[in-house]
Amino acid sequence: MTTITRRELITGTALALTAEGVAQGEVIQGDLPWKPGVESAPQAVHPGPWRFFTAAEGAAAEALADRIIPPDPQTPGGKQAGCAVFIDRQLAGPYGHREGEYLQGPFVKGSKQQGPQSSQGPEALYRSGLAALDRHCRMSEGGRSFAELSAQQQDGILSGLEAGTLALEGVDGKTFFQQLVKDVQQGFFADPIYGGNRDMCAWKMIGFPGARYDYRDWVGRHNERYPLPPVSIAGRPEWSVKKR
Amino acid sequence: MTERLPAKDVVIVGLGWTGSIVANELADAGLQVMAIERGPWRDAAMSYAPNYAQDELRYRIRHELFLRPDQTTFTFRNKMSQTALPIRNWGAFMPPNGVGGGGVHWNGETWRFLPSDFVAASHLKQRYGAHFLPADMTIQDWGVTYEELEPHYDQFEYLCGTSGTAGNLKGEIREGGNPFEGPRSREYPNPAQEQPFSHTLFAKAARELGYKPFPQPSGNMSRAYRNPLGVRLGPCTYCGFCEWFGCANYSKSSPQTTVLPVLVRKSNFQARDNCEVTRINLDSSGKHAAGVTFVDSAGKEFEQPAELVILAAYTIFNVQLLMLSGIGQRYDPVANRGVIGRNFTHQTISDVGSFFDSARFVFNPFIASGAIGMCIDEFNGDNFDHGPHGFVGGGYMGQVQTNGRPIESTPVPPGTPSWGAQWKQAVRENYQSALKPGTGVHGSMYSYRDVYLDLDPTYCDRFQRPLVRITMDFHANELKQNVFLTDRFAEIFHAMGARQVVKEYRKAPYDITAYQTTHLCGGAIMGTDPSTSALNRYLQSWDVPNLFVMGASAFPQNAGYNPTGTVAALAYWSVAQIRSQYLKHPGPLVHA
Repeated sequence: MTTITRRELITGTALALTAEGVAQGEVIQGDLPWKPGVESAPQAVHPGPWRFFTAAEGAAAEALADRIIPPDPQTPGGKQAGCAVFIDRQLAGPYGHREGEYLQGPFVKGSKQQGPQSSQGPEALYRSGLAALDRHCRMSEGGRSFAELSAQQQDGILSGLEAGTLALEGVDGKTFFQQLVKDVQQGFFADPIYGGNRDMCAWKMIGFPGARYDYRDWVGRHNERYPLPPVSIAGRPEWSVKKR
Repeated sequence: MTERLPAKDVVIVGLGWTGSIVANELADAGLQVMAIERGPWRDAAMSYAPNYAQDELRYRIRHELFLRPDQTTFTFRNKMSQTALPIRNWGAFMPPNGVGGGGVHWNGETWRFLPSDFVAASHLKQRYGAHFLPADMTIQDWGVTYEELEPHYDQFEYLCGTSGTAGNLKGEIREGGNPFEGPRSREYPNPAQEQPFSHTLFAKAARELGYKPFPQPSGNMSRAYRNPLGVRLGPCTYCGFCEWFGCANYSKSSPQTTVLPVLVRKSNFQARDNCEVTRINLDSSGKHAAGVTFVDSAGKEFEQPAELVILAAYTIFNVQLLMLSGIGQRYDPVANRGVIGRNFTHQTISDVGSFFDSARFVFNPFIASGAIGMCIDEFNGDNFDHGPHGFVGGGYMGQVQTNGRPIESTPVPPGTPSWGAQWKQAVRENYQSALKPGTGVHGSMYSYRDVYLDLDPTYCDRFQRPLVRITMDFHANELKQNVFLTDRFAEIFHAMGARQVVKEYRKAPYDITAYQTTHLCGGAIMGTDPSTSALNRYLQSWDVPNLFVMGASAFPQNAGYNPTGTVAALAYWSVAQIRSQYLKHPGPLVHA
């Protein structure tokens, strides 16, 4: 039998498997069932090896992230910002295998207004999409992988996928492209605890102060730029005591 | 093996806003009350604590606090001729789950409907003639009036500590409020919230165009507040993480911050979380509810007998339970007969994106609350002469921008590539000087013969019960309304000094992937005639008198406002009648 932890029920995710046993319907009476905070705190991404990608897939994902959000003199690009790490950790988690989505068949293609009806999720799309992209590059670009191409060549391939003029074998290139752009940009702007937006670089770029809790002193200061730097759920690097 | 539990006086299905309100009132009447909630217990300490509540990816993008479609979902099609397919992940709306329901993650926009909204059918026919309405439009009067609901709107606003400026105090029109609103018996419990820059700029431009802008009534506290039950809320800090998020600051009215702390301590109240009601049981007469059957998260089935059954789930789940329990005649759109599933509606939302000179405008869009905004009501309901325009209905509109969270709120001008260096540069340049209210034009959706709910013939939930099938499309009346309103809305942004204004009209066909609001209404509507309504004017089932059905499922059509204020006022109205009449003489409160 499948055991469901209290946390899974609360979050619908399986990020943390705490051994709290099976949560049956609880009876609440007399007191608020109040359990202090830590129970559903988010799990921060740790640096280290790829969890979902192979080394080659990871290199391709980083190269793709760096063209979707190219580096410029003020702000890092998608690779340095950690967008590929973000996608890797997301694919290795509940998002990759569509946890919580309705996955019963039959899977029938409907109208655009009826929404996605694929039996495959992001995990499968990345695996097959990156493989098909690699095959395409090696065949048409003299045996080189996507990561080994020039920025101009890489942009050409992305434009072809976007326009639907470049077909990938066995994968809908346009769908794969849209998934990539969405995930890279989400990783860029999400809290850095998820692996992207490293050093809050995306938030600094636009002037978003992040997880600040109180703007009462500034709500009436119209047309004046907010003066404080961004802060993450995990705080700011300056708040940590430096270890010698 | 089904375990039969000791009988209760009342069983309530769902512990959101209406479940909490009704439970508290009936517990005060001395009844033994059991509430059964499908989702988990939620509160700030456990589910959205202040040290991690501000997480756009987790709560907004990954839908942390919402129902999961694998638990249950709906199928959808535009037309009766199509095959409906399941909603595999949420798009056009996001149903709630868990204690507090939608009250946990709403924005707190706490409106009253217009007096004419409650008599829409007779009012419009009288003013414009019956021929003015489309032949397949099925709008009806509610069977309850604004005057009857006024004390209950007031009750809810004082429970919540709603922040606002009265526009009509006992018939006297007041400067700074909404001059079109129905008369209110007293001021809002709290003054309006302070407005950020872009919202005041909108109000100034609207005033110059001859409109009467007013602050949106807000469930976010403008100051510390103690409600009539003795529960305290703290002042809102304008953190910009309100809609989709739980408030870790106890500054947004929700069942958790207004009712539950008092209700849960009452010895005659019990709740069960993580338990899903699978049907309402009827006795052998078929005209009396015997209680409900529910399943806990381990799959164990229970029967909860009760004298009185209150259905207080989300709109579509109320309708689904009625259908699966064989209560009331199911609606047949071809024969135009039956009541369960008819007059299903959503909303007609559109928006305007606007781009200002970044050297002159710094909006700090992240400084906002959930129900922040300056609005105008000139084009809502029947506040204007529809004669020349050829449509009915309308909506409020306003600069109601609630956040600057960057995954969603980084608008770029049309023509900007969707990726690459130009996209990045456009995001950088426009973040502080672009506006996008999200639900700027909050239009009504009236009811039609071919927009309805029934049970899907193919797809099932985890208990092998058929999913509810939604058949819905926009009709010409709503599309015309939307063009007219969006054009008026855009004029205001031009007057604010935007260098570029982008109108985003709502277009047909209705798209289940494009978010509007979660204001789904109807399907088990109230009225005066059992052949065209499921419930009488007190939300009592015509067919099963010891069953009352709360919620927006009772709306015969949807008005141009957020529904929660009206949903709660109806719950107070209904439970007042249960306490004063029904408990003394259980039976039908209205004889058809």
